[in-house]
Amino acid sequence: MHVELFIPCFVDQLFPQTAFNMVQILERAGCEVSYNTQQTCCGQPAYNAGFMEECAVVAGKFIKEFSGENYVVVPGGSCTGFVRNYYSKMFEGTDLEKQVTMKTPLFYEFTSFLTEILGIEDTGATLVGKAVYHDACGALRECGIKAAPRILLNKVRGLELIETEDAERCCGFGGTFSVKYEPVSMAMGEQKVLNAIKAGAQYIISTDLSCLMHLDGYIRHHQLLIQTLHIADVLVS
Amino acid sequence: MLKTRKQIFIEQSREKFSDVEHRRKINHSLLQSDIAFRKGIPQFSDLQLAKKTANHIKRTTIENLDTYLLQFEKQFTQNGGKVIWAATANEALDAVGRICKEVNARLVVKSKSMVTEEIHLNPFLSSKGIEVVETDLGEYIQQLAGEPPYHLVAPSMHKSKEEVADLFHEKLGAPEGLAPEALTQFARKILREKYVQADIGITGVNFLLADIGGVALTENEGNGRLSTSFPKVHIAVTGIEKILPSVRDLALFWPLLATHGSGQQITVYNSIFTGPRKAGEKDGPERMYVILLDNGRTRLLADPKARESLYCIRCGACLNVCPVFRNIGGHTYNSTYGGPVGSVITPHIKGMKEYGHLSQASSLCGACTEVCPVGIPLHQLLLHNRQLAVKHAARTEKFAWKLWAMACSHRRVLNLAGGHTKNRVATLLFANAWGKNRKLPGFAPESFNQLWKKQR
Ligand code: SF4
Repeated sequence: MHVELFIPCFVDQLFPQTAFNMVQILERAGCEVSYNTQQTCCGQPAYNAGFMEECAVVAGKFIKEFSGENYVVVPGGSCTGFVRNYYSKMFEGTDLEKQVTMKTPLFYEFTSFLTEILGIEDTGATLVGKAVYHDACGALRECGIKAAPRILLNKVRGLELIETEDAERCCGFGGTFSVKYEPVSMAMGEQKVLNAIKAGAQYIISTDLSCLMHLDGYIRHHQLLIQTLHIADVLVS
Repeated sequence: MLKTRKQIFIEQSREKFSDVEHRRKINHSLLQSDIAFRKGIPQFSDLQLAKKTANHIKRTTIENLDTYLLQFEKQFTQNGGKVIWAATANEALDAVGRICKEVNARLVVKSKSMVTEEIHLNPFLSSKGIEVVETDLGEYIQQLAGEPPYHLVAPSMHKSKEEVADLFHEKLGAPEGLAPEALTQFARKILREKYVQADIGITGVNFLLADIGGVALTENEGNGRLSTSFPKVHIAVTGIEKILPSVRDLALFWPLLATHGSGQQITVYNSIFTGPRKAGEKDGPERMYVILLDNGRTRLLADPKARESLYCIRCGACLNVCPVFRNIGGHTYNSTYGGPVGSVITPHIKGMKEYGHLSQASSLCGACTEVCPVGIPLHQLLLHNRQLAVKHAARTEKFAWKLWAMACSHRRVLNLAGGHTKNRVATLLFANAWGKNRKLPGFAPESFNQLWKKQR
């Protein structure tokens, strides 16, 4: 199967290795992967800040960069959810409307693509230890992803998945919110990390690097004995 | 220099961040409400359908608000009651003031009502020399403490039982260290006296019923009933959005409100008042008034998107699931309505410029939208407010987004600098805001984009 990639801007800039790990898993599963190197950002940051015009400029460029013939796989639910759920409204009545309607349903977050489209539940990975899975808001509420990452993680050899009461609770990243409302964002992140440690986890695993980068910042600052991992980094091992 | 509301908000958030005891109490309280909520849910064989139906009813009602309000007025007047239209908080206060004067009121008992908080009724009455007593236990505690309610439904959820015992000891001379049951008995004794003596009972409204001209009131302590049955005058104050077309709609809205408000299947006391006592009737007040308050609600109505927030039945569920509320608590919002719904409506009611920050102070996680029993897309309405607020954004911010759009329009620009330079720029821009408590992530020496080009 031929698939196209969407590598969200901050993954591109900060976490290229995770994107390559995702590519490796897709290729192992027999996918032929292509990537349009003109790609930048889906526009979500501006949208969330209320800057619609700026968002539309970037989003309009973005959508044209996909062929509309293949699935688009994304390492993260937040950008996937944004493209899938917000683009059609944004481009309603514009000349991009048709393209958007045709292309956006092809966008899939990585783990849901593995389980739902490729039918893969076991990537053959190994990771020894205990982990909590953090339901990233974009993945959970915008894309409805709850089972896919758990199915995949439960097949990882040596890994024990712990369910906590706050699995579905936001980690407090929220884009510019994390900077503009630092104390609120930090309080949310702190509770998330401390709850994971209390549950006995050594790892916090998620589909979204934005959440993990925020939590990891807290963990490193306080030199805590817990580690964040993107699910592609786990599944590739 | 005077601090802006936003600065105060951030400062108080920071205080709450380090208040471990506050965090413990709120987590405990919210865990209890979550457990109750989960227990209550199975009473709906299809919760999603129930929510959809409720959304549909509220939508058609709000779209035809004028018709239903006039129908209510007609019916209620026929029943012998009097409807008073108040465009502003002051008009509502004046109306209450006039009634108090007419009956020469000295003592008013109140049952829980957020609208009367919104118009600051208690200080108004006190300034006229009228004693006001809150009769809902949580509200009574807040009144004693001299604090506004902390939560739409649970006004004193942030107080431990020890704190309440101390408060009763200090303010009412109760014996020290009373247990919750004893405290309730103690308050009840005082309040019973007040019901009998009161000249006027003032209540809020959960639902206005257009077809029968009725006012539905929901409560758990029986204080609403007592506040309306002893005094000779009953004044119900309500926002205009509380209307439902028919008494029959309660079959859906009562259980929805109960489960989402307190996890109950149905609230303990549900009363419907259809006007004052009629000839031959045994009970009921001699006069009954309903004050219909606008106070900015028609501004929400005028905005086709924000209008959806008028479906709200004030169940408080969105506060309970909100991770921001959980961490900053109810008072940091410094507005009558806290939590997600408050952050949606307050900027419209009290001004985008002063209260717009409430719509920004959200991670947009969507937990509120998910839980709302009447299907208000709360996090999307926060986004809507942000779009409206762009007008007021600082020039530097506007410029920054222009630059961003330019950079994102040309892949070349993003590839120009190496990871090292980007790290330096990021440290300059964000280090302060991002991290007294967090470390910045590092840029990769080369982006995925650059590596892909090299490798493939
Ligand atoms: S917005 Fe929805 S969840 Fe929040 S208080 Fe109103 S009805 Fe309840």
